[in-house]
Amino acid sequence: MTHIPDPHVRPPSRMRLFVLHARGNWPVTVSIVILLLLVLMAVFAPLLGTVDPTHINPVARMMGPTAENWFGTDPLGRDIYSRVLYGARTSLVIGVVAAGASLVLGLGIGVIAGYFRLADMIIMRIMDGIMSVPSIVLAVALVAVSGSNMGTVLVAIIVPEFPRVVRLVRGVILNLRSEPFVEAAISLGTPLPSLLWRHMIPNTTAPLIIQGSFILASAILTEAALSFLGVGLPANVPSWGNIMSEGRTYFQLLPGMIFFPGIVLALTVLSINLIGDALRDILDPKLGGRV
Amino acid sequence: MSIVLEVKNLTIGVRGAALPPPVNDVSFSIEAGETLCIVGESGSGKSLSSLAIMGLLDRHALRVDAGDITVDGQNILAASSEKLRRMRASTMSMVFQEPMTALNPVERVGSQIEEVLRVHGERSSRRRRARVMEMLDAVHLPEPERIYRSYPHQLSGGQRQRIVICMALILNPKMLIADEPTTALDVTTQKQILALIQEMKDRFNTAVLFITHDFGVVSEIADRIAVMNRGKLVEVGSRDDVLSYPKTDYTRMLVLSVPSLVPRESTSEFGEVVLSVKGLTKTFSSGGFLQKSRSVDAVKAADLELRRNEILGIVGESGSGKTTLARCLARLIAPSKGVINLKGVNISDLRERDLRPHRKNIQVVFQDPFRSLNARMRIKNIITEGLTNYGVSRREGYKKAAELMHLVGLDEAMLDRFPHQFSGGQRQRICIARALALEPDVLVADEAVSALDVSVQRQVLDLLDDIRAKRSIAVLFITHDLRVAGRICDRIMVMKDGDIVEAGTSSQVLGAPHHAYTRQLIASAPGRHWDFENFRPFPVAPGEDISIDTQQ
Repeated sequence: MTHIPDPHVRPPSRMRLFVLHARGNWPVTVSIVILLLLVLMAVFAPLLGTVDPTHINPVARMMGPTAENWFGTDPLGRDIYSRVLYGARTSLVIGVVAAGASLVLGLGIGVIAGYFRLADMIIMRIMDGIMSVPSIVLAVALVAVSGSNMGTVLVAIIVPEFPRVVRLVRGVILNLRSEPFVEAAISLGTPLPSLLWRHMIPNTTAPLIIQGSFILASAILTEAALSFLGVGLPANVPSWGNIMSEGRTYFQLLPGMIFFPGIVLALTVLSINLIGDALRDILDPKLGGRV
Repeated sequence: MSIVLEVKNLTIGVRGAALPPPVNDVSFSIEAGETLCIVGESGSGKSLSSLAIMGLLDRHALRVDAGDITVDGQNILAASSEKLRRMRASTMSMVFQEPMTALNPVERVGSQIEEVLRVHGERSSRRRRARVMEMLDAVHLPEPERIYRSYPHQLSGGQRQRIVICMALILNPKMLIADEPTTALDVTTQKQILALIQEMKDRFNTAVLFITHDFGVVSEIADRIAVMNRGKLVEVGSRDDVLSYPKTDYTRMLVLSVPSLVPRESTSEFGEVVLSVKGLTKTFSSGGFLQKSRSVDAVKAADLELRRNEILGIVGESGSGKTTLARCLARLIAPSKGVINLKGVNISDLRERDLRPHRKNIQVVFQDPFRSLNARMRIKNIITEGLTNYGVSRREGYKKAAELMHLVGLDEAMLDRFPHQFSGGQRQRICIARALALEPDVLVADEAVSALDVSVQRQVLDLLDDIRAKRSIAVLFITHDLRVAGRICDRIMVMKDGDIVEAGTSSQVLGAPHHAYTRQLIASAPGRHWDFENFRPFPVAPGEDISIDTQQ
């Protein structure tokens, strides 16, 4: 995805554009509502009729949905409803941290690669190399070395993801370098840091927002996959991947253990992707303008 | 003579917006074998009218609110899309501004032309091919066999436009619409294409609707002229009537804005030399690692001197190296060889850090006013950026910005606005204000008026001249348009393929050119027979007394 920033589009009107776009597009509106609900659920999980998601209750094991345990209980007697809600916290934290870290890393390195020719050659070859590492293999290796925890999962997601951001930012900066307003700034004697900060980096925000939304979705998905495979978060941490992983063997007895976290996961990723598409329609001048 | 196209009271409105109609109650007609030029500035509705005639309006955004369009007796507005499709190319066809985008880049031009015949029912491939060959020959393309097998990128801009014209005329349509067909071409090519359109018109008795913003071109080819302004038809009349006796103030202003090829009388006193260049060379090389490296000399050992209070024009066609030269002088790129002496300091090989104190002495105004301002910054911050870079306080900077706004003819109340709230001409004024903020000794104007409408162009040229007088600044004026250079420059240098082929005062270069290329440029300048400023043809066109060989 190469993005040529349109200097005629001024940023302040974008928020309004987005609202207009969302209003005329019901899937986007629904997605926003779902995502908002999910965030609220994650934040207010303790107030929403949950119990400690790690509390083991040997008396009430493997029960179907009841008035007390809305989604039923798992083989250790933990409340699945509580685990799914607290799992939203885990997923969102992983997603936001992974997306944020990838963007920051990618922006920093991408700006250097885009502006300095010599660095470009070296950095981009390294990025090509890093991008060839699949996150699952990396996660298996990291777990073998340092055990499974939040840090390993984040590293396993961020490392294969941020080179894509580097590529994106580098492309934008390369295009911007030959823009007359940048050349004018150079001939006005603008020092390099403010040249980058004032004239170039602001023009990377639109593609970064779009890319960020896609990383957010894929990070949530990857975490679930890693946890499901047992190389993600420790088993006691409530995470959608973990719940499904444990439910795998009991699928016929306790389909809720797969379905409830699975449906929430699918809805979350779908909503984020739909919102991301809407953002791209608005921010990317090549596809946008049809609002 | 029979009337081929008749447009009656055409009004085109914008869907779903309370905007004034972009085309408002326009009527005109064209006879067979006649050229009607629609002239107007950007946004006058001239292109929309032509699209409506072809039935190509964007139906989602625009609609015809009123009026009739009749082509060869057929009502276009009532025609079905199938009927319109059959009429295109066979009854009416169109040539656009940019020949590269009008052709499919991955198909040989021969088969693209043949396709026109095929979709209009010519079954025999032998006859199709024969007809294409005949037509390629008619538009004077050399070696039709080779051209037939070429891809668009293998042809020059002029050759591509010939292909497009060939495609448009192969079914012998009654009417040809040409929408700025020569605007993207160099002047020498433009002259040839204009001659070709004239020839085709006479040969096939085609009615030509020619859309342009350039009165020079109009004076060359029009039989009749229609002037449009903001969607309205201002004036229609024969060429000589409109150019000699314009009825409306708007037309008079437009005609008056056209620079004629008359060199200005240089009256100014020049000061000391502020910029002197010796042996400046810029070589671009591509390839390198694992590839054969190729190199091109964009500028070859250029010498020039620029004195205070002087406007030096550098004129050349695309690829002549004029912009590369300008970019070297402003040190936006590093020259390969040579000396750039700016106020006594050689800046040609200074490193960025050592260069900074000298950057403020040379400033640039670029061609595209829409891309040369950072859309996210307020005008006051754009203008004061240079000042803050050199340590001037913000308050002082804003005070200076207000002064500069007055100097370039804008209101200081506009300082808080953003670039998108300004028109192209106003933006170019802001660019000039920004360049002047640092009080440079040299101002480089790189095609600074080329993207502007003629009337705005004239205002900006006057502004540059005015500033030169007020600030006694030296201006390096780079342009492809000899007419514009003649209007503003004290001295002119002509560049071709990286060489400066001719240099001298404007009256020398325009009046008594030495080099054949300069003569060719002068002979190609559209409208050189017409003295626009005095509303009459020249008794003897500038440069006419020189024997000219334009055949290449």
